[in-house]
Amino acid sequence: MHIPHILAACMGGIRTAGDLVAWMQLTRKLKIDEAKTYVAEKLKIERLDLTDEDIMRDIRRDLELGTVTSIAGGPKGIRAKHNAARVLDIDIRSVNLFKSQWHT
Amino acid sequence: MGNQIFVRMGDGERVRMAISEVKDNIRAGTAEAAKWGEIPELTSDEQEQLFEILAEPGRAVSVNPGEEVIVTDDGASMSFYSGQDGGGVGTPMSRMQAVLTYERACGADTTSLGHSDYSYKPVKPIINFEANDYYNISLHTTAPFLYGAQPNMGRYFQPDGPCPNASELIPKGKVQEALDAQEEAAAMLEDDLVYVGRKLAEVGLEGINFDTCGSAGDADYLAALKAVRRLKDDLPDLPVVMGSSGEFILGMHGGVDYDGARLAGLYPHDQVKLAADAGASIYGMAVNTTTTKPLPWNLAQATTFMKATTKAAAIPVHANVGMGVCGIPMMEQPPIDAVTRVSKSLVQIGKADGL
Repeated sequence: MHIPHILAACMGGIRTAGDLVAWMQLTRKLKIDEAKTYVAEKLKIERLDLTDEDIMRDIRRDLELGTVTSIAGGPKGIRAKHNAARVLDIDIRSVNLFKSQWHT
Repeated sequence: MGNQIFVRMGDGERVRMAISEVKDNIRAGTAEAAKWGEIPELTSDEQEQLFEILAEPGRAVSVNPGEEVIVTDDGASMSFYSGQDGGGVGTPMSRMQAVLTYERACGADTTSLGHSDYSYKPVKPIINFEANDYYNISLHTTAPFLYGAQPNMGRYFQPDGPCPNASELIPKGKVQEALDAQEEAAAMLEDDLVYVGRKLAEVGLEGINFDTCGSAGDADYLAALKAVRRLKDDLPDLPVVMGSSGEFILGMHGGVDYDGARLAGLYPHDQVKLAADAGASIYGMAVNTTTTKPLPWNLAQATTFMKATTKAAAIPVHANVGMGVCGIPMMEQPPIDAVTRVSKSLVQIGKADGL
């Protein structure tokens, strides 16, 4: 049943910018319009582009935010979330834990 | 079809309905919400918009480009590997495989992990197992990854739990004993919610979902509110999603309050203010589907509540749109035509921030 909701109304997760907008709702409590505006400004695109796979795929690849089709060696998981936190200027708790355990 | 369209009853049955009857049901549904919630009805334009969504000829409908919202979930990945009673399709997958499939193959905005019982009480004794799974999976997920379950205060009553059963005491006239039992259970529940939240926070928890708060009544809801506040006091960076279980909080106790606000009978547009005050990042609105009423009635009711709630809210509001809530038919396999019409209506008319 979640899949019909995704098709009908979802931003598209890591296919587009859905995960990034979701981070803003979770970490800054932004309502949908504010969250979209925030992410669009950070990515330097129009709000309508946030759900455009054609545009978001290149942005995600270039900013190393993770792409939905798997590119060997491309960042996914905690590495992609690390980049999302940097691009969005937010704290992600799993990323902070990861960084606290990373010694150079 | 002529002057008729297909609609679903609240139990999922497909029926033909005259256009005039569809519009009558929309009027009646919004009037019902307005009466009980003391909120405005949908305007005539909004009622017409709702009718147009219901009458769209396609089997599935969707929001207009640019109006998409965030879709969170209540254990969606569990539906891949669980069985019938969990709405699951029984595919033999690990929890990690299910979460990553949901994220990558389905394009979900967020994902989640939850115990099969989907209640917090049974999580407590196995918290280290859950923490290990959460931590391992969180290294691989890219989208926000939450831990979710229901407060479910009913688990604390005998014979499953330690407290005298309030539902058995009340019919015997032991009212004070029933009130005491609920308060005792609520205190235990609150502590368990905080315990699980804190333990998972130690392994980098990205967010926690208290789903279906108030299912055992106002004391259940109070425990969740107090747990959210305690967690946020300790862990201000921890996102918390707080979802409700119905359009009003059941007064099973009747006398509990949160910062002076009596909880029994509170509707979503007031619930969201308390959730925000406690520190929740997202509030989940639930409106129970009436199985004997058709989709136009149920959806008009839910959309009316959603519109009032998003207007009153200082935080994002998501619609709980699982089986039997917010207009979704109460059945195991909610029909796609009904599900997508609920999605579109709650977003475009109710102005939901998410589902």
